[in-house]
Amino acid sequence: MINVAFTDNIQRHVECPACAVIGSSVREVLDAVFESNQKARGYVLDDTGAVRKHMTVFVNGAQIKDRTKLSDPVPDGASVYIMQALSGG
Amino acid sequence: MSDQMFVATRKGLFRIDRSGSGWKIAQAAFLGDSVTMVLPDQRDGSVYAAVGHGHFGAKMHRSTDNGATFEEIATPVYPERPDNVEPIRHPYKDMEIPWSLELIWALESGGADETGVLWCGTLPGGLFRSSDHGASWELNESLWSEPTRKEWFGGGYDYPGIHSIGVDPRDTNHVTVGISCGGSWQTNDGGDTWVCRSDGMYADYMPPEMRDVGHIQDPHRTVHCPAEPDHLWTQHHNGVFKSVDGGRTWTDVNAIKPSNFGFAVAVHPVDPNIAWFVPAVKDEHRIPVDGKVVVARTRDGGTTFDVLTDGLPQSHAYDLTFRHALDVDETGSRLAFGSTTGSLWCSSNQGDSWETISANLPPIHAVRFVSG
Repeated sequence: MINVAFTDNIQRHVECPACAVIGSSVREVLDAVFESNQKARGYVLDDTGAVRKHMTVFVNGAQIKDRTKLSDPVPDGASVYIMQALSGG
Repeated sequence: MSDQMFVATRKGLFRIDRSGSGWKIAQAAFLGDSVTMVLPDQRDGSVYAAVGHGHFGAKMHRSTDNGATFEEIATPVYPERPDNVEPIRHPYKDMEIPWSLELIWALESGGADETGVLWCGTLPGGLFRSSDHGASWELNESLWSEPTRKEWFGGGYDYPGIHSIGVDPRDTNHVTVGISCGGSWQTNDGGDTWVCRSDGMYADYMPPEMRDVGHIQDPHRTVHCPAEPDHLWTQHHNGVFKSVDGGRTWTDVNAIKPSNFGFAVAVHPVDPNIAWFVPAVKDEHRIPVDGKVVVARTRDGGTTFDVLTDGLPQSHAYDLTFRHALDVDETGSRLAFGSTTGSLWCSSNQGDSWETISANLPPIHAVRFVSG
């Protein structure tokens, strides 16, 4: 299982509870998360399915490299963290 | 006259009501968030608000209790780009035009007999339509597939955007849209086909060979007179233009004072010869001329203009008025406009005098009266 958690900042707009899902890539993991929380998809991904410009995804503490196709592998038991990229002051 | 308006700002949405004691902020929503557009829909009393979250994207909300509470509804989503369609690159910048919603910039009701029909203009240039009160949206593929779109470009923004949508009250299949910078476009068949209608506009910001090309014009804002829809006014990057033939041809209105640059325009709901503008210094500066906030009004179709100052700051004022931040109510007597520095003014006598409602709001994106 993959443990997925979201930044607190997103919770003000859309409820995104931590959850555990099955998947071996970032795409599979996020698809599994959003399958049961469709509203959250558009807050994290843009219309093309890429990570929004000012959002970022970490797998076991490392930022993913493929923000477009979300092909980074996710090993079983990993922690995935979805947060907003720091910008502005 | 209308005693209620919605004001969309960079830090929230405000409903402002007039009572015996004057104008007061009666409701605040989305505090801290950028509200890029608001639409009080007079057909059923709904209020639609477009919110632009810097991190989380643009979202759409609807209120059925006059702005007291909002519920998130569907956001326009660009459909997947077909494999055989190449992405478009910005004609003058080293960037790709995204195939994804960037900003909700225009929201308009459909016709009086089309309750639930909404039109939505966006950056990067897509026009959307809903037939179910915003529960779902469909991209207008015809305009999005328009071959000249590869030559559209952004004005103040990086990407082109649709800021003006005018639905003809006589025929709701007849719709005019204004695009910065893509010119003025019209459909007569509900959006199945589109024709560029910018004849007479000119673009001094382009090389001479391209000055008169229709689809690179930069109308900042286009409105039509509700009672005389063939009469349209446009505040363009290079001046004020009007049309008396339904947008087929445009005439330069060069009598406007104190400058012909600006963003906003409002037209009287019944008399197409009365229109208001908020001029500024073009275009590297974008501040009021001589630091004086003024409204320019014509009552004779643009032959002459009054420069209205009573009640407006006339010394070291640097308020700029965005394209959606000037509105006139359904009587044609009451006007309101807001500024980038959070000032909001109202007039109940066609602009002869103004009162300050607030000088401390966030930067104002849009001002819209609720029908009385």
